[in-house]
Amino acid sequence: MNRRTVVKAIAASGALIGLGAMMPRVAVAAWNKDAFNAKSQADALNALYGSAAEASADVMLKAPDIAENGAVVPVSVESKLANIESMAIFVEQNPTPLAAEFGIPAGTAADVSTRVRMGKTTNVTAVVKAGGKTYSATKEVKVTIGGCGG
Amino acid sequence: MAKIFRVKAKARGGKTAVKMMAKHNMDTGLQKGKDGNLIPAKFLDTVSVSHGGKVVFEANLNTAISKNPYLAFTFEGGAKGEELSVAWSENTGSTGTETAAIK
Repeated sequence: MNRRTVVKAIAASGALIGLGAMMPRVAVAAWNKDAFNAKSQADALNALYGSAAEASADVMLKAPDIAENGAVVPVSVESKLANIESMAIFVEQNPTPLAAEFGIPAGTAADVSTRVRMGKTTNVTAVVKAGGKTYSATKEVKVTIGGCGG
Repeated sequence: MAKIFRVKAKARGGKTAVKMMAKHNMDTGLQKGKDGNLIPAKFLDTVSVSHGGKVVFEANLNTAISKNPYLAFTFEGGAKGEELSVAWSENTGSTGTETAAIK
């Protein structure tokens, strides 16, 4: 290694550090492999937030009572809690219960809608992390036709 | 690559409501194809939306999200004519960045 390459390497690493500092602050961690691949809801919840969630009336979960088609079940999560960092949707009896995790930066409303697949009739749980604590709401959704390809 | 997201963003009263839908099969890796072999998993795993360099929404998705994923959220700020940037990645490692105008 000669002087030239060393100088270049230092310059390059400096540029990288600068880029890292300029990147916007990320609210959620990268795709959490353990949580998304967990086979049970308890494991997934533990891997994602590190604790069990406390049922709370401040988490509003909107989902149909009966979903005719399990492949497309509209689900909305809304919460009035302060300091919300992230929200997650679990479908208990799916092969991998954690369906999605949303990062909610300051300034974004804690009201997110999406559509999930459900294999069979089961509980859908919304979990909200706010101020370091986790809160949840659960609702049973009856599925007439499963959405996992049957 | 063609855009995979259709984004409808409407600014009203200082807030912007965003509805977005991707054209994507979200293959779970559990389904069998016509030849009897499993179709390998191929799904969108991360979606990040930013406005003016600030991330306003992030989603980590799993295979349990329906085919042609739909996401809706609202953030403070944003005005007509400004741009949103949508960055996505797949479990296969493909990534993309798209822009959409706020109406």
